[in-house]
Amino acid sequence: MGNQSVFEQAVLPHLDAAYNLARWLTRNDHDAEDVAQEACLRAMRFFDGFRGGPIRPWLLTIVRNTYLTWLQKSKIKEMAPLEHDVESNAASPEELLIEQVEGQTLRQALDALPAEYREVIVLRELEELSYKEIADIAGIPIGTVMSRLARARRRLQESVLQGSGR
Amino acid sequence: MSCQEARELLHGYLDGELDLAATLEFERHLRGCAACERAYGNQKTLRTAIRSQAPYFKAPASLKRKVRPARWMAPLALAATLALMLAGTWAVLRAGRSSNELVASDVVSGHVRSLMANHLMDVPSSDRHTVKPWFLGKLDFSPDVKDLGPQGFPLIGGRLDYVAQKPAAALVYQRGKHVINLFVWKSDGRSEGHESRQGYNMTHWNNAGLSYWAVSDLNAAELEQFSKLMQNPPR
Repeated sequence: MGNQSVFEQAVLPHLDAAYNLARWLTRNDHDAEDVAQEACLRAMRFFDGFRGGPIRPWLLTIVRNTYLTWLQKSKIKEMAPLEHDVESNAASPEELLIEQVEGQTLRQALDALPAEYREVIVLRELEELSYKEIADIAGIPIGTVMSRLARARRRLQESVLQGSGR
Repeated sequence: MSCQEARELLHGYLDGELDLAATLEFERHLRGCAACERAYGNQKTLRTAIRSQAPYFKAPASLKRKVRPARWMAPLALAATLALMLAGTWAVLRAGRSSNELVASDVVSGHVRSLMANHLMDVPSSDRHTVKPWFLGKLDFSPDVKDLGPQGFPLIGGRLDYVAQKPAAALVYQRGKHVINLFVWKSDGRSEGHESRQGYNMTHWNNAGLSYWAVSDLNAAELEQFSKLMQNPPR
């Protein structure tokens, strides 16, 4: 009971963050709730082994791993490595200016991103985590965090420019 | 720094993750490259849009309930414990009450019977030194027999009776034209109080392993006075 309440005080304030990540990764309410719930159960089990540090990245790591397990069960290959990363990384010589971003367009663009791009965008922009924290969560080098963010943002920019008729 | 390099470092710069050297180099490139400057502007716009327009999904109430079993189990457990405690208390109260009610009904019956069947006394005597020894050998305890004649409650006799399935001494007192039966029997009970039933008042107390129940059609105040005199006789 004591441990339980320590867990509640430490972890439950980050329940929104856990659900938000799960929701962005699964892209639907029902699966998000399943993943977030399972992640919280895992977190409760692992809590004794938690050796300090910020709770939120730790919990988000568990959410991400739970999502991967859920993917395997669902036989969806969302997190499979991308094959054409390099193309979208190329700098277009004449850069068009984004004048306005519509919420609807942006949301569709985010949902259309591959999960591993969506993940870094959510962790960086919505959770405002550092590259180091994102690297720990996603299990990638810090340099990869930056290049992944670069590609993700590049794609978003293209989608937004297309969506606004440019 | 090439534009290709700058387009990637742009993100580290935007996120405040570049070291000083890379920051300075990137800024130098940006000053001399309109396209990269525009790209940087676009990314700033995009970031603002994401942060202000991308939904942050809050955990639904159903999820909060599911992951807080302890929190909603705790009130449940507490409620269950309280319910048990209440049930227990109620059972104890009920047992106490029912035992008191049983006794009260016995006491009243005994009192009424003693008056109706003209069997008020086995030993008619106002002398407590006659009444008290009379019980010897008839009961396995010796009731405290007091004469409260000077206080207006003269002892008029005694008899054997039966209360709560136990042999009891019935001491008979008088107050004017009213008869008071004082039932005394062995009991571990600790009850003390007043009862009223079928027009009869009762007052009862315990002392030295004996239960005392006084019953009469006398008013409650005078019966209470009798009870006090019995418990603390004037010297």
